[in-house]
Amino acid sequence: MGKPTKVTNSIRSLRFAHGEMTQADLADRIGVTRQTIIAIEQGRYSPSLEMAFQIARAFDAPLDEVFQYPDAEASSA
Amino acid sequence: MSFEEKGNWVFLVVSVVTYVAYLSIILGRAEDVPIAEVPYVSTMLWTIGIAIGLSIAGNIGVAISKPSEADKSDVRDKDIKRFGEYVGGIVLGVGMLVPFGLALAESESFWIANAMYLAFVLSAFTSSVVKVVAYRRGL
Repeated sequence: MGKPTKVTNSIRSLRFAHGEMTQADLADRIGVTRQTIIAIEQGRYSPSLEMAFQIARAFDAPLDEVFQYPDAEASSA
Repeated sequence: MSFEEKGNWVFLVVSVVTYVAYLSIILGRAEDVPIAEVPYVSTMLWTIGIAIGLSIAGNIGVAISKPSEADKSDVRDKDIKRFGEYVGGIVLGVGMLVPFGLALAESESFWIANAMYLAFVLSAFTSSVVKVVAYRRGL
């Protein structure tokens, strides 16, 4: 079974760039469980648009800096 | 493992263990009499009651073991729960065709009640397994 989402993210590196923020800290900021942050980081869960914005806001970064979606050509190659 | 996932494991284990216990009691009684004549009603009701009680007690135990996570449930938990219940609902719907057919064929109540109970257990089991897989591998 492959990953259920093509959406990739830079949450892990952004956490380290923001004072080594822990998964628990980020989870508390956006009001979810730490397990959900782990699942998102590992590409096992695709967050809702609202949660994606909340995560981006926690890093004070634009959405496409946090989440990426591969081009159709790149993903079919 | 989140509180919801632990609760799901409790439900999965309790449903399987109580059903296996029920089945072994009924099959044990069927050694001397035809199986459809085995007294099953009170055993079935007790098993269902005990399963509900154990699920509640198990969830309380999980909450006591880590109180900080006890009330934490988020959108992912809800998504996984919804998906598991959806698949479990399909299993229940299909499974109920068996007792329906047995009732139409005017079978003995033993078979109808036990087919219904099995459909409920299979539905609960499938729903829990789907949730466990969703928690482990993703939704």
